Amino acid sequence: MSAAAVTARRWAPPLVGFGSLLLFLTAVEILIRVGAINRYIVPLPSEVAASFTRVILEEDILHRFLITAWECLAASLLLTVFGIGIGVAFHQVRLLRLACETWVAAMASAPLVLAYPLFLVLFGRSALTIIMMSFLVGLPPVILKTIEGLSATRRVLINVGRSFKLTSAQQFWKILLPSALPTIFVGIRLGLMFALINVVAVEFLINFGGLGQLINDLAERYDLPGVYAAICFVMLISVVFFVITERAERWLKSAG
Amino acid sequence: MPAAQAAASAILVVENIVMRFATAEGGLTAIDNVSFNVAPAEFLAVIGPSGCGKSTLFNIIGGLLGGYQGQVAVGGETVSGPHASIGMVFQEESTFPWRNVVDNIAFPLEIAGVPRRERIDRARRFVSMVGLDGFEQRYPSELSGGMRQRVSMARTLASEPKILLMDEPFASLDEQTRLLLGDKVLQIQQQLKQTTLLITHNITEAVQLADRILVMTYRPGQVKRIVDINLPRPRTSEVVSSEAFGRYVAQIWSDLREEASRGMIDDERRALHAGEHKA
Repeated sequence: MSAAAVTARRWAPPLVGFGSLLLFLTAVEILIRVGAINRYIVPLPSEVAASFTRVILEEDILHRFLITAWECLAASLLLTVFGIGIGVAFHQVRLLRLACETWVAAMASAPLVLAYPLFLVLFGRSALTIIMMSFLVGLPPVILKTIEGLSATRRVLINVGRSFKLTSAQQFWKILLPSALPTIFVGIRLGLMFALINVVAVEFLINFGGLGQLINDLAERYDLPGVYAAICFVMLISVVFFVITERAERWLKSAG
Repeated sequence: MPAAQAAASAILVVENIVMRFATAEGGLTAIDNVSFNVAPAEFLAVIGPSGCGKSTLFNIIGGLLGGYQGQVAVGGETVSGPHASIGMVFQEESTFPWRNVVDNIAFPLEIAGVPRRERIDRARRFVSMVGLDGFEQRYPSELSGGMRQRVSMARTLASEPKILLMDEPFASLDEQTRLLLGDKVLQIQQQLKQTTLLITHNITEAVQLADRILVMTYRPGQVKRIVDINLPRPRTSEVVSSEAFGRYVAQIWSDLREEASRGMIDDERRALHAGEHKA
């Protein structure tokens, strides 16, 4: 393959990706301008683009971005540590698993965000409320995927461990956990997604903290282009966290 | 050699093994009174039709399965549970997908607490022994099935077992790869003077590799015959074209044929029976 072909192959997907996004936004712009979409509900993409500088300069976006990112980080660390811990405990203690796995699954589908008044009473109108709620919302998938990953460890790999006379601790650290890691990371990504949505939602609901509160403020002021610009920063956080988990997984794989 | 003398010089003694499993229709005797010895540096193949309890025997000797009668002794010492002198190579793909080739092979050394530098050095010797030089840093997902089985074999060899116990390690590979890997096994066995016990259902593989072949009967698995294979050593896969090789294959097939067809009829009867129950 020629150098040009290699370059084309490398850059074609992102170029087509950005191209189609641009095309979509242009289509929205046109549809709004001809009146097919109500401009009081969806602002013009060009106005959203123009509002970025305003949102960045006037609304102290960096500070808010960091607040939301910090809440997400705290929630994700909590849900990783407790999710894997509880998952491992469920896997090791059969009775616990049989007794409680259904509860965890039920919790996964419960609209926990509606319980925010309870959390306000428990933790006050504070970052702690946001972190705790997001942590709990993101917890079930990590627990369930940890159990799934550990249980799916192939019998023959466990037998290899037995044939080398591994202790049960070695069996866990050297075989079960590394074998389950890819599945556990699926759980962490899911949990992170739930937690992230929840962080912004609770900030919005209790009008406290980072980007969620900003979106609330801007909506109150009926600054729709600003709302959409702020939402772009929320997306940026989710991108950052996904890159981090991906790096972490790769690093753990090479370290295992 | 008289039996008592053979047992005294043997490194592995399997004595009167009986294994019963509970089933819905009562009990099933999988293995019935199986005894044999393996001498140091000997290559013994155990061959039998599907359902003769080969894998059960593998798990019993490897110490993964308990609840049997009789005993297994290595170097005069009765073993129960997994034993450091027996190294197992499994039929299924058993490399660790999260470790590269050299780390897979160094695994038993890591468990034994050998420092990282030394265990990598030692593992490299086994990497070359199975002919995977240059693939040290590759992951199993980047290797072919035959290469992965070689990694598993090298990993077991790295634990330097007195007895190498293999359960159809090449069963999932194509015939040509299997013959070539057979060469590799012969070469390694010669180099290490490795006592080897191979469980297989493949006649050519057994004749190509073994000094003796133990033929088992269909359910319950008993020793039907032990055949000495007097083919010259060092051997390569070229031996398959010799006349003597053909004679051994024919002889073992005539023993096995009856057992295998008994197994087939039994399977059909069971399938029919299950069908009647459903109807």
